[in-house]
Amino acid sequence: MAYSLNVNGKNYSVDVDADTPLLWALRDVIGLTGTKFGCGVAQCGACTVHLDGQAVRSCVTTVESAGTAAIMTIEAVGSTQVGNRVQQAWLEQEVVQCGYCQSGQIMSATALLNENPSPSDDDIDAVMSGNICRCGTYPRIRAAIRQIAAGPGFHRRRLR
Amino acid sequence: MSAFARIGTASLSRRTFLISVVLAGGSLVIAPRLVGPAQAADATALTPFIRIPPAGKIELVIASVEMGQGVYMGLSTLLAEELEVRLNQIVAVAAPADPARYAHPMLGDQITGGSVTIRGFWEPMRQAGATARSMLIAAAADEWGVAPATCRAEAGEVIHTASGRRLAYGALVDKAATLPVPQGVALKPASEFQLIGKPARRIDTPAKVNGSAKFGLDARPAEAKFAAIAICPTFGGTLQSVDEAPALKVKGVRKVVRLSDAVAVVADHTGAARKGLAALDIAWNRGANGDLTIGELERSADAALDGTARVAFDQGDVDAAEARHPRGIEAIYRLPILPHTTMEPMNCTVHVRPDGCDVWVGTQVAGRARQAAADLTGLPVEKVVIHNQFLGGGFGRRLDHDVVIMAVRVAQQVDGPVQVVWSREEDVRHDSYRYLNRSRIDIRLGPDGMPVSWRHRVVGPAIMARFLPVLFKDGIDLDIVDAAESPYDVASKRVEFVRHEAPDGMLTGNWRGVGPTRNAPAVEGGIDEAAHLAGIDPVEYRRRLLGNNPRMKAVLDLAADHAGWGRDPGAERGRGVALLSAFGSFAAMVAQVHVRPDGTLKVERIVAAVDCGLVVNPDVLRQQVESGIVYGLSAALYGRLTIEQGAIVEGNFDDQPVLRMNECPLIDVHVMASAEAPGGIGELGTPGVAPALMNAIFAATGKRLRSLPLATTDLRGS
Repeated sequence: MAYSLNVNGKNYSVDVDADTPLLWALRDVIGLTGTKFGCGVAQCGACTVHLDGQAVRSCVTTVESAGTAAIMTIEAVGSTQVGNRVQQAWLEQEVVQCGYCQSGQIMSATALLNENPSPSDDDIDAVMSGNICRCGTYPRIRAAIRQIAAGPGFHRRRLR
Repeated sequence: MSAFARIGTASLSRRTFLISVVLAGGSLVIAPRLVGPAQAADATALTPFIRIPPAGKIELVIASVEMGQGVYMGLSTLLAEELEVRLNQIVAVAAPADPARYAHPMLGDQITGGSVTIRGFWEPMRQAGATARSMLIAAAADEWGVAPATCRAEAGEVIHTASGRRLAYGALVDKAATLPVPQGVALKPASEFQLIGKPARRIDTPAKVNGSAKFGLDARPAEAKFAAIAICPTFGGTLQSVDEAPALKVKGVRKVVRLSDAVAVVADHTGAARKGLAALDIAWNRGANGDLTIGELERSADAALDGTARVAFDQGDVDAAEARHPRGIEAIYRLPILPHTTMEPMNCTVHVRPDGCDVWVGTQVAGRARQAAADLTGLPVEKVVIHNQFLGGGFGRRLDHDVVIMAVRVAQQVDGPVQVVWSREEDVRHDSYRYLNRSRIDIRLGPDGMPVSWRHRVVGPAIMARFLPVLFKDGIDLDIVDAAESPYDVASKRVEFVRHEAPDGMLTGNWRGVGPTRNAPAVEGGIDEAAHLAGIDPVEYRRRLLGNNPRMKAVLDLAADHAGWGRDPGAERGRGVALLSAFGSFAAMVAQVHVRPDGTLKVERIVAAVDCGLVVNPDVLRQQVESGIVYGLSAALYGRLTIEQGAIVEGNFDDQPVLRMNECPLIDVHVMASAEAPGGIGELGTPGVAPALMNAIFAATGKRLRSLPLATTDLRGS
């Protein structure tokens, strides 16, 4: 049967099996390719999206279980205040290398900061350790989240 | 000097550098042309790197692929510096697959790897920019009837200094293309650089924070289908039989494709394809390697230590020195099989038609991918178009194009474009592996405790025999033995190579850090063992051996200073040092570890100091060193694949873990200012990590580790 998904404020009808992972409905049916496939078993976080504001791994979230929840992906997270600040901090800290995991990193970080505007390092670890980066951008991701937590007066780490 | 650097120097010196110009689509195309003796007759072998449209952004064509290493930024900076344009006036575009035009000057093929991109393009790209600028100035001067010397270029315009008149490059294109191409336009001295060496934001990253960047997996040609693939789990095995009915019952599945060694399920979306594939019960002929175990391979590699060796490096008289000096250390270092686990799993999208073939893929070898598609389809190579995408990590994995071959074979049985997606498990179980390595290191000490003889026997595969045969000489893989001789002043040194290949059907390839990553544990572990035997501090010991290597010594001092070497690291803690001279660069690394009595290991901090010559972009350099360190940490701590019944056991991040945020140490990167020619940075951070950690663990616990990964060793206090 067809499922109606609310993605980034728009409704889409996807005619797929109930157990189809949301990831593939987003990428292959709806055509929003910003959400990435990394492991398929909720180990790497590359596929992270928001379901009613909660970060979920779309590779193990079925279309059926998404139900009527508001789904937000990387393509729209910049329209939120926190999401936009995360994207800007990512650029200011020069976090990104290959970039493949960064959609998921940004979605996880945005959910973290929505929940907890000034996370401690342990808070950052607890949430962000679910997102793997093979380019090794972890120190800069931490710096970017700290920058946002510290507020607008915080300047970019000095270039040495 | 690294193996890749050696070949580069040799081939560049045999070539002359010319500049040519053509008009293409209303744009000025300016290109440096590398003409070697064999190519001199071919006047059409252009390599266009700059396109100046009449209006809008200037296109810089980037011959190397962007896989995170910042090459769009690096090569654009070189071109823009001499072209006199700002980075916000340009757009970087991927070069098409065309080795005749876009071959790397040192590698002789369209390859992105070996940390040679900047080294090879450092001069040609600046020369291309300078020549174009000179012609644009000449065109403007002609327009105004003034002498070119009275004009200057700035931010995409030519300005007549006296009158203040100005013309944009786009308005000068047509005239400039009719002018003679000047030869040997002088390049700016470093003191006049406006862009090179200055902090500037990467140009490829804005698209990577909003989901719009297109990786291989994001290719969406119209009407594309999606395929999940299962490849025979045993190396060299074949498909026996499969009943396709269960897959075809899955909604959205269109077809089951049988290949001699794989099965692919084609569907409307990847979810259906994966579900259909999972529904199949595939019978495989396991083949000659069907009973293989990791234990057998490990024993075979150990036995090869006593196999026939070829001498790869010989200096002084090692035999005589060993006969005179019995005191020393002899140790065997063992490295496991490693996967690459790029974040983006292997994938490739192919559309095979009777009259042509389109391939969408992120590859480090676009030319080889194009040739392979042509060979498989029987199409002329010019009918194959490679649409190169951003790479979701390379690390050497995408130097092999086996995935392209597999996808073309699937696509030959599908109407319309098909995206073939490997699961993470397939990606791990069908990698181009960093194969087993063994090193026996024998260092003899003189009466003062300092080394008088250095013998290093390396057991490993000869990847270059198939990958880049120019680096396979007299039976020796020049990459595998790279840096095995160490940077240290020792009167007698010998490096021996024993070729030891993986079983047939198991693809082995290049892995970040290539040869130096194989050799660093034995070299830096060995010298640490020698220092301990001599009773001399490991940093001081190394310093004394670097009298002829001031750049290496300087980064050692810089890293040791910043790491607080010599100060008490605290209870249960230890520091270890490792050096690397490779890729035309120098790196020193100090790791600090905390080993609890229960054996728990925490890597607390890594301090790196690097000298990579002139820096093109300081922050990209830091990024790359940090990246290399984290990649090396994952491998040092966890990297190891095992084999049972002929198949790789591990398959995903749960059983083949990589470093996560909570385990990531503090990383400090210190850069030595240098005016020397640029060295490589993409792989510089990786090789030293494992030995620095091994040496730190020794300092903390007294346990000398000689096998990786570290997670397999019991570090509990005795």
